[in-house]
Amino acid sequence: MNEKTKKIVKQIFIPAVTLGIALTLSSGCSRREGGTGSEQRLITIKGSDTMVYLASSWAETFMKQNPDIEVSVTGGGSGTGIAAILNGTTDICAASRKIQNKELELALEKNIHPHEIAVARDGIAVVVNPDNPVKELTLQQLSKIFTDNSLRWSNVGGPDEPIIVLSRESSSGTYVFFQEMVLKKQDYMQDAKLMPATSAIIQSVSTDKLAIGYVGLGYALAAEDKVKIIAVKADDNSPAVMPSDQTVKSGQYAIARPLYLYLNGEPKGTVKKFIDFCLSAAGQTVVKDTGYVAIQ
Amino acid sequence: MKAAWKEKAIRLMLFATASTSILIVIGIFVFVGKEAGHFAVEPGLKELFGSRWMPVSFQKESFGLLPLITGSLLVTALATILTIPFGVGAAVYISELARPVEREILKPFIEILAGIPSVVIGFFGLVVLVPLIKSIFNLSTGLTALAGAVLLALMAIPTVVSISEDAIRSVPASYKAASLALGASKMQTIWKVTVPAALPGIVAAIMLGIGRVIGETMAVMMVTGNAAIITASPFDSVRTMTATIAAEMGEVAFGSIHYRALFCVGIVLLLATFGLNIIAQKFLKKYRMG
Repeated sequence: MNEKTKKIVKQIFIPAVTLGIALTLSSGCSRREGGTGSEQRLITIKGSDTMVYLASSWAETFMKQNPDIEVSVTGGGSGTGIAAILNGTTDICAASRKIQNKELELALEKNIHPHEIAVARDGIAVVVNPDNPVKELTLQQLSKIFTDNSLRWSNVGGPDEPIIVLSRESSSGTYVFFQEMVLKKQDYMQDAKLMPATSAIIQSVSTDKLAIGYVGLGYALAAEDKVKIIAVKADDNSPAVMPSDQTVKSGQYAIARPLYLYLNGEPKGTVKKFIDFCLSAAGQTVVKDTGYVAIQ
Repeated sequence: MKAAWKEKAIRLMLFATASTSILIVIGIFVFVGKEAGHFAVEPGLKELFGSRWMPVSFQKESFGLLPLITGSLLVTALATILTIPFGVGAAVYISELARPVEREILKPFIEILAGIPSVVIGFFGLVVLVPLIKSIFNLSTGLTALAGAVLLALMAIPTVVSISEDAIRSVPASYKAASLALGASKMQTIWKVTVPAALPGIVAAIMLGIGRVIGETMAVMMVTGNAAIITASPFDSVRTMTATIAAEMGEVAFGSIHYRALFCVGIVLLLATFGLNIIAQKFLKKYRMG
Protein backbone atom coordinates (compact mmCIF):
# COMPACT_ATOMS: atom_id res chain seq x y z
CA MET A 1 0.00 0.00 0.00
CA ASN A 2 1.52 3.32 -0.92
CA GLU A 3 1.72 6.24 1.46
CA LYS A 4 -1.09 8.35 0.09
CA THR A 5 -3.53 5.48 -0.09
CA LYS A 6 -2.76 4.61 3.50
CA LYS A 7 -3.38 8.15 4.57
CA ILE A 8 -6.72 8.29 2.86
CA VAL A 9 -7.80 4.88 4.07
CA LYS A 10 -7.13 6.24 7.55
CA GLN A 11 -9.19 9.31 6.84
CA ILE A 12 -12.18 7.13 6.16
CA PHE A 13 -11.98 5.74 9.66
CA ILE A 14 -11.98 9.17 11.20
CA PRO A 15 -15.75 9.72 10.89
CA ALA A 16 -16.37 6.34 12.49
CA VAL A 17 -13.85 6.96 15.25
CA THR A 18 -15.09 10.50 15.87
CA LEU A 19 -18.63 9.23 16.12
CA GLY A 20 -17.52 6.65 18.67
CA ILE A 21 -15.59 9.16 20.72
CA ALA A 22 -18.49 11.61 20.67
CA LEU A 23 -20.84 8.91 21.86
CA THR A 24 -18.40 7.84 24.57
CA LEU A 25 -17.95 11.40 25.78
CA SER A 26 -21.65 12.10 25.82
CA SER A 27 -22.06 9.29 28.29
CA GLY A 28 -19.04 10.35 30.29
CA CYS A 29 -19.72 9.67 33.89
CA SER A 30 -16.91 10.85 36.07
CA ARG A 31 -18.57 11.71 39.36
CA ARG A 32 -16.94 14.54 41.13
CA GLU A 33 -17.07 15.71 44.68
CA GLY A 34 -19.72 18.28 45.57
CA GLY A 35 -18.65 21.82 46.37
CA THR A 36 -16.91 22.34 49.67
CA GLY A 37 -19.07 25.16 50.98
CA SER A 38 -17.77 28.68 51.06
CA GLU A 39 -14.21 27.66 50.18
CA GLN A 40 -15.21 26.70 46.64
CA ARG A 41 -13.28 28.83 44.13
CA LEU A 42 -14.56 27.45 40.83
CA ILE A 43 -18.18 27.26 39.67
CA THR A 44 -19.08 25.39 36.49
CA ILE A 45 -22.24 26.11 34.51
CA LYS A 46 -23.32 23.81 31.72
CA GLY A 47 -26.39 23.49 29.54
CA SER A 48 -28.71 25.31 27.16
CA ASP A 49 -27.16 26.83 24.05
CA THR A 50 -29.83 29.52 24.19
CA MET A 51 -28.48 30.62 27.56
CA VAL A 52 -24.72 30.42 26.92
CA TYR A 53 -24.43 34.11 26.13
CA LEU A 54 -26.54 35.10 29.12
CA ALA A 55 -24.65 32.79 31.51
CA SER A 56 -21.24 33.96 30.35
CA SER A 57 -22.28 37.61 30.68
CA TRP A 58 -23.36 36.87 34.25
CA ALA A 59 -20.10 35.07 34.88
CA GLU A 60 -18.07 38.01 33.57
CA THR A 61 -19.81 40.59 35.74
CA PHE A 62 -19.77 38.27 38.76
CA MET A 63 -16.03 37.60 38.42
CA LYS A 64 -15.35 41.34 38.25
CA GLN A 65 -17.06 41.74 41.62
CA ASN A 66 -15.47 38.57 43.06
CA PRO A 67 -11.97 38.32 41.62
CA ASP A 68 -11.12 35.27 43.73
CA ILE A 69 -13.89 33.14 42.21
CA GLU A 70 -13.81 31.64 38.76
CA VAL A 71 -16.96 30.77 36.79
CA SER A 72 -16.70 28.57 33.72
CA VAL A 73 -19.58 28.32 31.24
CA THR A 74 -20.16 25.70 28.54
CA GLY A 75 -23.12 24.95 26.27
CA GLY A 76 -24.14 21.65 24.73
CA GLY A 77 -27.88 21.86 25.27
CA SER A 78 -30.35 21.69 28.15
CA GLY A 79 -30.29 17.88 28.09
CA THR A 80 -26.51 17.81 28.28
CA GLY A 81 -26.63 20.20 31.24
CA ILE A 82 -29.20 18.13 33.12
CA ALA A 83 -27.21 14.96 32.39
CA ALA A 84 -24.19 16.74 33.88
CA ILE A 85 -26.16 17.53 37.07
CA LEU A 86 -27.20 13.87 37.26
CA ASN A 87 -23.60 12.76 36.82
CA GLY A 88 -22.30 15.36 39.24
CA THR A 89 -20.00 16.93 36.66
CA THR A 90 -21.34 20.49 36.94
CA ASP A 91 -22.41 22.78 39.78
CA ILE A 92 -25.16 24.58 37.88
CA CYS A 93 -27.18 23.56 34.84
CA ALA A 94 -28.72 26.20 32.59
CA ALA A 95 -31.93 24.94 30.97
CA SER A 96 -34.41 26.52 28.59
CA ARG A 97 -36.97 23.83 29.43
CA LYS A 98 -38.25 22.16 32.59
CA ILE A 99 -36.64 18.94 33.72
CA GLN A 100 -38.51 15.92 32.31
CA ASN A 101 -40.11 13.17 34.39
CA LYS A 102 -37.71 10.61 32.96
CA GLU A 103 -34.79 12.74 34.11
CA LEU A 104 -36.33 13.23 37.56
CA GLU A 105 -36.65 9.46 37.93
CA LEU A 106 -33.01 9.00 36.99
CA ALA A 107 -32.05 11.73 39.46
CA LEU A 108 -33.86 9.99 42.32
CA GLU A 109 -32.16 6.70 41.43
CA LYS A 110 -28.82 8.46 41.76
CA ASN A 111 -29.89 10.23 44.96
CA ILE A 112 -29.72 13.67 43.37
CA HIS A 113 -32.33 16.32 44.10
CA PRO A 114 -32.67 18.81 41.23
CA HIS A 115 -33.54 22.28 42.53
CA GLU A 116 -35.18 24.65 40.05
CA ILE A 117 -34.74 28.45 39.95
CA ALA A 118 -36.37 30.63 37.27
CA VAL A 119 -33.86 33.38 36.43
CA ALA A 120 -35.14 35.14 33.29
CA ARG A 121 -37.82 35.11 30.61
CA ASP A 122 -37.42 34.66 26.88
CA GLY A 123 -39.94 35.60 24.21
CA ILE A 124 -40.09 33.55 21.00
CA ALA A 125 -40.59 35.70 17.92
CA VAL A 126 -42.21 34.35 14.75
CA VAL A 127 -40.36 35.68 11.71
CA VAL A 128 -41.08 35.84 7.98
CA ASN A 129 -39.41 37.36 4.95
CA PRO A 130 -39.72 41.19 4.77
CA ASP A 131 -41.46 40.82 1.37
CA ASN A 132 -44.25 38.73 2.90
CA PRO A 133 -47.45 40.83 3.20
CA VAL A 134 -48.67 38.88 6.27
CA LYS A 135 -48.33 41.03 9.42
CA GLU A 136 -50.20 39.19 12.15
CA LEU A 137 -51.28 35.64 12.94
CA THR A 138 -53.36 34.05 15.66
CA LEU A 139 -51.97 31.22 17.80
CA GLN A 140 -54.44 28.90 16.08
CA GLN A 141 -53.20 29.89 12.63
CA LEU A 142 -49.60 29.37 13.75
CA SER A 143 -50.48 25.95 15.09
CA LYS A 144 -52.05 25.02 11.73
CA ILE A 145 -49.08 26.35 9.77
CA PHE A 146 -46.64 24.18 11.71
CA THR A 147 -48.75 20.99 11.74
CA ASP A 148 -50.75 20.93 8.50
CA ASN A 149 -48.73 20.75 5.30
CA SER A 150 -51.69 21.49 3.03
CA LEU A 151 -51.97 25.04 4.36
CA ARG A 152 -50.94 27.81 1.97
CA TRP A 153 -50.16 31.46 2.57
CA SER A 154 -53.53 32.34 1.02
CA ASN A 155 -55.23 30.62 3.98
CA VAL A 156 -53.76 33.19 6.37
CA GLY A 157 -54.04 36.36 4.28
CA GLY A 158 -51.04 36.02 2.00
CA PRO A 159 -50.42 35.14 -1.68
CA ASP A 160 -51.45 31.75 -3.14
CA GLU A 161 -48.09 30.07 -2.52
CA PRO A 162 -46.92 27.14 -0.39
CA ILE A 163 -45.53 27.79 3.10
CA ILE A 164 -41.94 26.76 3.81
CA VAL A 165 -41.94 25.84 7.50
CA LEU A 166 -38.65 26.17 9.34
CA SER A 167 -38.17 24.85 12.87
CA ARG A 168 -35.28 24.37 15.27
CA GLU A 169 -33.90 20.85 15.74
CA SER A 170 -35.89 18.54 18.02
CA SER A 171 -33.03 18.73 20.53
CA SER A 172 -33.66 22.42 21.09
CA GLY A 173 -35.52 23.60 24.19
CA THR A 174 -37.19 26.14 21.92
CA TYR A 175 -38.58 23.33 19.71
CA VAL A 176 -40.25 21.64 22.67
CA PHE A 177 -41.54 24.91 24.08
CA PHE A 178 -43.03 26.00 20.77
CA GLN A 179 -44.61 22.56 20.36
CA GLU A 180 -46.19 22.71 23.79
CA MET A 181 -47.26 26.36 23.79
CA VAL A 182 -48.25 27.03 20.16
CA LEU A 183 -48.86 23.59 18.64
CA LYS A 184 -50.77 22.50 21.77
CA LYS A 185 -48.64 19.35 21.96
CA GLN A 186 -49.41 18.19 18.42
CA ASP A 187 -46.54 16.88 16.29
CA TYR A 188 -44.80 19.16 13.84
CA MET A 189 -45.58 18.18 10.26
CA GLN A 190 -42.97 15.86 8.79
CA ASP A 191 -42.01 18.25 5.98
CA ALA A 192 -40.95 20.94 8.46
CA LYS A 193 -37.30 21.75 7.84
CA LEU A 194 -35.27 21.39 11.01
CA MET A 195 -32.43 23.90 11.08
CA PRO A 196 -29.34 23.27 13.20
CA ALA A 197 -29.06 26.82 14.55
CA THR A 198 -30.93 30.07 15.06
CA SER A 199 -28.59 31.80 12.61
CA ALA A 200 -29.54 29.26 9.93
CA ILE A 201 -33.23 30.08 10.41
CA ILE A 202 -32.57 33.84 10.17
CA GLN A 203 -30.43 33.26 7.07
CA SER A 204 -33.06 31.11 5.33
CA VAL A 205 -36.00 33.36 6.21
CA SER A 206 -34.10 36.37 4.90
CA THR A 207 -33.62 34.69 1.49
CA ASP A 208 -36.80 32.55 1.19
CA LYS A 209 -39.87 34.66 0.46
CA LEU A 210 -42.25 31.87 1.52
CA ALA A 211 -40.50 30.83 4.71
CA ILE A 212 -41.70 31.15 8.28
CA GLY A 213 -39.68 30.31 11.40
CA TYR A 214 -39.34 31.05 15.10
CA VAL A 215 -36.31 32.36 17.02
CA GLY A 216 -35.52 33.84 20.42
CA LEU A 217 -36.63 37.46 20.78
CA GLY A 218 -33.07 38.73 21.25
CA TYR A 219 -31.97 37.19 17.95
CA ALA A 220 -35.05 38.46 16.10
CA LEU A 221 -34.56 42.06 17.28
CA ALA A 222 -30.87 41.92 16.32
CA ALA A 223 -31.80 40.75 12.80
CA GLU A 224 -34.71 43.14 12.28
CA ASP A 225 -33.25 44.48 9.04
CA LYS A 226 -33.24 40.98 7.52
CA VAL A 227 -36.51 39.45 8.74
CA LYS A 228 -39.98 40.66 9.67
CA ILE A 229 -41.39 39.91 13.12
CA ILE A 230 -45.04 38.81 13.16
CA ALA A 231 -47.51 40.23 15.67
CA VAL A 232 -49.31 37.41 17.49
CA LYS A 233 -52.97 37.31 18.58
CA ALA A 234 -53.92 34.97 21.41
CA ASP A 235 -57.30 34.37 19.67
CA ASP A 236 -59.49 35.95 16.98
CA ASN A 237 -60.80 38.70 19.24
CA SER A 238 -57.64 39.74 21.07
CA PRO A 239 -55.35 42.49 19.83
CA ALA A 240 -52.22 41.60 17.82
CA VAL A 241 -49.16 41.98 20.05
CA MET A 242 -45.57 42.54 18.91
CA PRO A 243 -42.99 40.81 21.11
CA SER A 244 -40.95 43.23 23.21
CA ASP A 245 -39.53 43.56 26.70
CA GLN A 246 -42.73 45.07 28.03
CA THR A 247 -45.18 42.72 26.35
CA VAL A 248 -43.22 39.60 27.36
CA LYS A 249 -42.89 40.80 30.96
CA SER A 250 -46.54 41.78 31.25
CA GLY A 251 -47.66 38.49 29.74
CA GLN A 252 -49.52 40.21 26.85
CA TYR A 253 -47.29 38.48 24.32
CA ALA A 254 -48.36 34.86 24.31
CA ILE A 255 -45.22 32.97 23.27
CA ALA A 256 -42.84 33.46 26.18
CA ARG A 257 -41.10 31.06 28.52
CA PRO A 258 -39.03 31.11 31.70
CA LEU A 259 -35.34 30.17 31.66
CA TYR A 260 -34.03 28.08 34.54
CA LEU A 261 -30.94 27.22 36.51
CA TYR A 262 -30.87 23.76 38.09
CA LEU A 263 -28.75 22.72 41.08
CA ASN A 264 -28.33 19.57 43.08
CA GLY A 265 -30.19 20.49 46.29
CA GLU A 266 -30.63 23.94 47.82
CA PRO A 267 -28.03 26.55 46.83
CA LYS A 268 -25.26 27.06 49.35
CA GLY A 269 -21.83 28.66 49.65
CA THR A 270 -20.30 30.15 46.52
CA VAL A 271 -23.05 28.78 44.30
CA LYS A 272 -25.67 30.57 46.42
CA LYS A 273 -23.68 33.76 46.09
CA PHE A 274 -23.76 33.40 42.30
CA ILE A 275 -27.49 32.60 42.17
CA ASP A 276 -28.25 35.57 44.43
CA PHE A 277 -26.27 37.73 42.04
CA CYS A 278 -28.24 36.47 39.02
CA LEU A 279 -31.53 37.39 40.71
CA SER A 280 -30.25 40.76 41.98
CA ALA A 281 -30.88 44.06 40.19
CA ALA A 282 -27.39 43.95 38.66
CA GLY A 283 -27.93 40.40 37.44
CA GLN A 284 -31.30 41.26 35.92
CA THR A 285 -29.72 44.24 34.14
CA VAL A 286 -27.39 41.73 32.48
CA VAL A 287 -30.50 39.78 31.43
CA LYS A 288 -31.89 42.88 29.69
CA ASP A 289 -28.55 43.76 28.09
CA THR A 290 -28.26 40.30 26.51
CA GLY A 291 -31.69 40.47 24.85
CA TYR A 292 -33.78 38.53 27.37
CA VAL A 293 -36.50 39.73 29.69
CA ALA A 294 -36.03 40.25 33.43
CA ILE A 295 -38.02 38.00 35.73
CA GLN A 296 -39.01 40.66 38.30
CA MET B 1 22.64 -7.11 27.65
CA LYS B 2 21.18 -3.80 28.75
CA ALA B 3 20.88 -2.63 25.15
CA ALA B 4 18.89 -5.71 24.23
CA TRP B 5 16.48 -5.10 27.10
CA LYS B 6 16.05 -1.51 26.04
CA GLU B 7 15.33 -2.54 22.48
CA LYS B 8 12.69 -4.96 23.67
CA ALA B 9 11.02 -2.27 25.75
CA ILE B 10 10.94 0.14 22.83
CA ARG B 11 9.57 -2.58 20.59
CA LEU B 12 6.83 -3.29 23.10
CA MET B 13 5.95 0.38 23.37
CA LEU B 14 5.71 0.75 19.62
CA PHE B 15 3.56 -2.37 19.46
CA ALA B 16 1.25 -0.86 22.05
CA THR B 17 0.82 2.36 20.08
CA ALA B 18 0.20 0.37 16.90
CA SER B 19 -2.48 -1.78 18.48
CA THR B 20 -4.29 1.11 20.19
CA SER B 21 -6.37 1.75 17.10
CA ILE B 22 -7.53 -1.86 17.01
CA LEU B 23 -8.56 -1.62 20.65
CA ILE B 24 -10.40 1.61 19.98
CA VAL B 25 -12.31 0.13 17.05
CA ILE B 26 -13.32 -2.90 19.13
CA GLY B 27 -14.19 -0.63 22.04
CA ILE B 28 -16.47 1.49 19.86
CA PHE B 29 -18.30 -1.54 18.49
CA VAL B 30 -18.81 -2.96 21.97
CA PHE B 31 -19.95 0.33 23.48
CA VAL B 32 -22.30 1.36 20.68
CA GLY B 33 -23.60 -2.20 20.44
CA LYS B 34 -24.34 -2.27 24.17
CA GLU B 35 -26.47 0.88 24.10
CA ALA B 36 -28.24 -0.22 20.92
CA GLY B 37 -28.82 -3.61 22.56
CA HIS B 38 -30.95 -1.97 25.25
CA PHE B 39 -33.17 -0.68 22.47
CA ALA B 40 -33.58 -4.19 21.07
CA VAL B 41 -34.94 -5.29 24.45
CA GLU B 42 -37.26 -2.31 25.02
CA PRO B 43 -39.13 -1.28 22.82
CA GLY B 44 -37.75 -3.83 20.35
CA LEU B 45 -36.08 -3.65 16.96
CA LYS B 46 -39.41 -3.67 15.13
CA GLU B 47 -39.79 -0.02 16.07
CA LEU B 48 -36.78 0.82 13.87
CA PHE B 49 -38.46 -0.32 10.65
CA GLY B 50 -41.14 2.36 10.77
CA SER B 51 -41.36 5.17 8.24
CA ARG B 52 -41.70 7.96 10.80
CA TRP B 53 -38.87 9.56 12.79
CA MET B 54 -40.51 11.74 15.41
CA PRO B 55 -38.40 11.36 18.55
CA VAL B 56 -39.83 14.33 20.45
CA SER B 57 -43.57 14.21 20.68
CA PHE B 58 -46.33 14.67 23.19
CA GLN B 59 -48.47 12.19 21.24
CA LYS B 60 -46.42 9.16 20.30
CA GLU B 61 -42.67 9.01 19.83
CA SER B 62 -41.62 7.17 16.66
CA PHE B 63 -38.15 5.89 15.86
CA GLY B 64 -38.47 4.60 12.30
CA LEU B 65 -35.06 4.64 10.62
CA LEU B 66 -36.35 4.36 7.04
CA PRO B 67 -36.52 8.11 6.31
CA LEU B 68 -33.00 8.56 7.71
CA ILE B 69 -31.55 5.65 5.73
CA THR B 70 -33.22 6.71 2.49
CA GLY B 71 -32.09 10.27 3.20
CA SER B 72 -28.47 9.21 3.56
CA LEU B 73 -28.74 6.95 0.49
CA LEU B 74 -30.23 9.68 -1.69
CA VAL B 75 -27.62 12.29 -0.75
CA THR B 76 -24.80 9.77 -1.10
CA ALA B 77 -25.99 8.47 -4.48
CA LEU B 78 -26.35 12.00 -5.87
CA ALA B 79 -22.94 12.96 -4.53
CA THR B 80 -21.39 9.87 -6.12
CA ILE B 81 -22.94 10.67 -9.49
CA LEU B 82 -21.47 14.17 -9.29
CA THR B 83 -18.10 13.00 -7.98
CA ILE B 84 -17.24 10.31 -10.55
CA PRO B 85 -16.95 12.44 -13.72
CA PHE B 86 -15.12 15.29 -11.96
CA GLY B 87 -12.87 13.06 -9.86
CA VAL B 88 -11.87 10.58 -12.55
CA GLY B 89 -11.66 13.25 -15.26
CA ALA B 90 -9.32 15.35 -13.15
CA ALA B 91 -7.21 12.31 -12.30
CA VAL B 92 -6.83 11.36 -15.97
CA TYR B 93 -5.87 14.89 -16.89
CA ILE B 94 -3.36 15.33 -14.08
CA SER B 95 -1.65 11.98 -14.56
CA GLU B 96 -1.67 11.68 -18.35
CA LEU B 97 -2.15 15.01 -20.07
CA ALA B 98 -1.13 17.90 -17.81
CA ARG B 99 2.20 19.62 -18.36
CA PRO B 100 4.46 19.64 -15.30
CA VAL B 101 3.61 23.32 -14.60
CA GLU B 102 -0.11 22.62 -14.69
CA ARG B 103 0.33 19.66 -12.38
CA GLU B 104 2.29 21.77 -9.91
CA ILE B 105 -0.66 24.18 -9.75
CA LEU B 106 -3.56 21.72 -9.88
CA LYS B 107 -2.39 19.24 -7.26
CA PRO B 108 -1.92 21.63 -4.32
CA PHE B 109 -5.28 23.28 -5.03
CA ILE B 110 -7.08 19.96 -4.99
CA GLU B 111 -5.32 19.14 -1.73
CA ILE B 112 -6.40 22.48 -0.24
CA LEU B 113 -9.99 21.58 -1.13
CA ALA B 114 -9.56 18.43 0.96
CA GLY B 115 -8.40 20.49 3.91
CA ILE B 116 -11.30 22.96 4.19
CA PRO B 117 -13.26 22.26 7.41
CA SER B 118 -16.72 20.92 6.64
CA VAL B 119 -18.43 23.61 8.75
CA VAL B 120 -16.91 26.23 6.48
CA ILE B 121 -18.10 24.35 3.39
CA GLY B 122 -21.54 24.07 5.02
CA PHE B 123 -21.74 27.78 5.69
CA PHE B 124 -20.69 28.52 2.13
CA GLY B 125 -23.45 26.14 1.03
CA LEU B 126 -26.11 27.83 3.14
CA VAL B 127 -25.26 31.35 2.05
CA VAL B 128 -24.27 30.81 -1.60
CA LEU B 129 -25.35 27.41 -2.91
CA VAL B 130 -28.85 27.14 -1.39
CA PRO B 131 -30.16 30.44 -2.87
CA LEU B 132 -28.46 29.51 -6.17
CA ILE B 133 -30.17 26.10 -6.39
CA LYS B 134 -33.45 27.75 -5.48
CA SER B 135 -33.25 30.21 -8.36
CA ILE B 136 -31.75 27.83 -10.96
CA PHE B 137 -34.41 25.15 -10.51
CA ASN B 138 -37.15 27.62 -9.61
CA LEU B 139 -37.94 25.90 -6.30
CA SER B 140 -39.75 27.30 -3.31
CA THR B 141 -36.65 26.64 -1.19
CA GLY B 142 -33.08 25.56 -1.90
CA LEU B 143 -32.73 23.46 1.26
CA THR B 144 -32.63 20.17 -0.64
CA ALA B 145 -30.87 16.83 -0.96
CA LEU B 146 -29.19 18.23 -4.07
CA ALA B 147 -27.53 21.04 -2.10
CA GLY B 148 -26.11 18.48 0.35
CA ALA B 149 -24.92 16.28 -2.52
CA VAL B 150 -23.04 19.12 -4.22
CA LEU B 151 -21.19 19.97 -1.00
CA LEU B 152 -20.38 16.32 -0.37
CA ALA B 153 -19.08 15.94 -3.92
CA LEU B 154 -16.76 18.88 -3.23
CA MET B 155 -15.39 16.98 -0.24
CA ALA B 156 -15.11 13.60 -1.95
CA ILE B 157 -13.45 14.81 -5.16
CA PRO B 158 -9.95 15.30 -3.65
CA THR B 159 -9.96 11.73 -2.28
CA VAL B 160 -11.06 10.29 -5.61
CA VAL B 161 -8.57 12.38 -7.60
CA SER B 162 -5.56 11.43 -5.42
CA ILE B 163 -6.18 7.70 -5.36
CA SER B 164 -7.30 7.42 -9.00
CA GLU B 165 -4.23 9.36 -10.06
CA ASP B 166 -2.04 6.90 -8.16
CA ALA B 167 -3.79 4.01 -9.83
CA ILE B 168 -3.45 5.47 -13.32
CA ARG B 169 0.20 6.29 -12.78
CA SER B 170 1.05 2.79 -11.67
CA VAL B 171 -0.11 1.30 -14.99
CA PRO B 172 3.18 0.00 -16.48
CA ALA B 173 4.67 2.20 -19.21
CA SER B 174 5.07 -0.88 -21.41
CA TYR B 175 1.24 -1.11 -21.82
CA LYS B 176 1.08 2.43 -23.16
CA ALA B 177 4.17 1.96 -25.32
CA ALA B 178 2.68 -1.19 -26.85
CA SER B 179 -0.61 0.56 -27.54
CA LEU B 180 1.08 3.56 -29.15
CA ALA B 181 3.35 1.27 -31.18
CA LEU B 182 0.27 -0.42 -32.60
CA GLY B 183 -0.81 2.92 -33.97
CA ALA B 184 -3.39 3.95 -31.33
CA SER B 185 -3.70 7.66 -30.68
CA LYS B 186 -3.00 9.16 -27.29
CA MET B 187 -6.71 9.41 -26.42
CA GLN B 188 -7.37 5.87 -27.59
CA THR B 189 -4.51 4.66 -25.41
CA ILE B 190 -5.85 6.49 -22.37
CA TRP B 191 -9.46 5.29 -22.63
CA LYS B 192 -8.85 1.79 -24.06
CA VAL B 193 -5.66 0.77 -22.23
CA THR B 194 -4.59 2.94 -19.29
CA VAL B 195 -7.94 3.59 -17.62
CA PRO B 196 -9.20 -0.02 -17.95
CA ALA B 197 -5.90 -1.27 -16.50
CA ALA B 198 -6.27 1.12 -13.56
CA LEU B 199 -9.97 0.40 -13.09
CA PRO B 200 -9.78 -1.57 -9.81
CA GLY B 201 -7.83 1.31 -8.28
CA ILE B 202 -10.33 3.85 -9.60
CA VAL B 203 -13.24 1.83 -8.20
CA ALA B 204 -11.46 1.68 -4.83
CA ALA B 205 -10.97 5.46 -4.98
CA ILE B 206 -14.69 5.97 -5.58
CA MET B 207 -15.56 3.61 -2.72
CA LEU B 208 -13.32 5.52 -0.33
CA GLY B 209 -14.85 8.77 -1.56
CA ILE B 210 -18.32 7.41 -0.79
CA GLY B 211 -17.08 6.36 2.64
CA ARG B 212 -16.09 9.92 3.38
CA VAL B 213 -19.42 11.19 2.07
CA ILE B 214 -21.61 8.85 4.11
CA GLY B 215 -19.91 9.81 7.36
CA GLU B 216 -19.91 13.55 6.76
CA THR B 217 -22.13 15.56 9.07
CA MET B 218 -21.85 19.29 9.46
CA ALA B 219 -22.08 20.47 5.85
CA VAL B 220 -25.07 18.24 5.11
CA MET B 221 -26.86 19.26 8.25
CA MET B 222 -26.69 22.92 7.29
CA VAL B 223 -28.16 22.66 3.79
CA THR B 224 -30.49 19.65 3.44
CA GLY B 225 -33.34 21.04 5.53
CA ASN B 226 -33.35 17.91 7.73
CA ALA B 227 -37.02 16.99 7.27
CA ALA B 228 -37.42 13.27 7.95
CA ILE B 229 -39.44 12.29 4.88
CA ILE B 230 -39.01 9.37 2.49
CA THR B 231 -38.38 10.70 -0.99
CA ALA B 232 -36.38 9.97 -4.14
CA SER B 233 -36.44 13.52 -5.48
CA PRO B 234 -33.20 15.54 -5.30
CA PHE B 235 -35.38 18.64 -4.85
CA ASP B 236 -36.91 17.48 -1.58
CA SER B 237 -35.48 18.04 1.85
CA VAL B 238 -33.92 14.99 3.54
CA ARG B 239 -32.58 14.11 6.97
CA THR B 240 -29.38 12.03 7.02
CA MET B 241 -28.29 9.60 9.74
CA THR B 242 -25.22 11.63 10.64
CA ALA B 243 -27.17 14.89 10.95
CA THR B 244 -29.71 13.14 13.16
CA ILE B 245 -27.07 11.95 15.61
CA ALA B 246 -25.24 15.26 15.67
CA ALA B 247 -28.38 17.33 16.09
CA GLU B 248 -30.15 15.24 18.69
CA MET B 249 -27.40 13.79 20.86
CA GLY B 250 -26.80 17.13 22.61
CA GLU B 251 -30.17 17.43 24.30
CA VAL B 252 -31.46 13.91 24.56
CA ALA B 253 -32.34 12.69 28.05
CA PHE B 254 -29.59 10.33 29.17
CA GLY B 255 -30.61 6.66 29.07
CA SER B 256 -33.99 7.34 27.41
CA ILE B 257 -35.37 5.33 24.49
CA HIS B 258 -34.52 8.22 22.19
CA TYR B 259 -30.92 8.12 23.43
CA ARG B 260 -30.70 4.41 22.62
CA ALA B 261 -32.39 4.88 19.25
CA LEU B 262 -29.56 7.24 18.31
CA PHE B 263 -27.08 4.47 19.05
CA CYS B 264 -29.03 2.23 16.69
CA VAL B 265 -28.60 4.90 14.00
CA GLY B 266 -24.90 4.88 14.87
CA ILE B 267 -24.70 1.10 14.38
CA VAL B 268 -26.33 1.29 10.94
CA LEU B 269 -23.91 4.04 9.96
CA LEU B 270 -20.93 2.16 11.34
CA LEU B 271 -21.86 -0.99 9.43
CA ALA B 272 -22.29 1.01 6.22
CA THR B 273 -18.85 2.64 6.37
CA PHE B 274 -17.32 -0.64 7.53
CA GLY B 275 -18.80 -2.50 4.55
CA LEU B 276 -17.65 0.16 2.10
CA ASN B 277 -14.13 0.01 3.50
CA ILE B 278 -13.95 -3.74 3.13
CA ILE B 279 -15.11 -3.55 -0.50
CA ALA B 280 -12.61 -0.75 -1.19
CA GLN B 281 -9.78 -2.78 0.36
CA LYS B 282 -10.64 -5.73 -1.88
CA PHE B 283 -10.40 -3.57 -4.99
CA LEU B 284 -7.18 -1.91 -3.81
CA LYS B 285 -5.57 -5.30 -3.29
CA LYS B 286 -6.65 -6.43 -6.73
CA TYR B 287 -5.05 -3.48 -8.45
CA ARG B 288 -1.83 -3.82 -6.52
CA MET B 289 -1.59 -7.48 -7.56
CA GLY B 290 -2.69 -6.85 -11.08
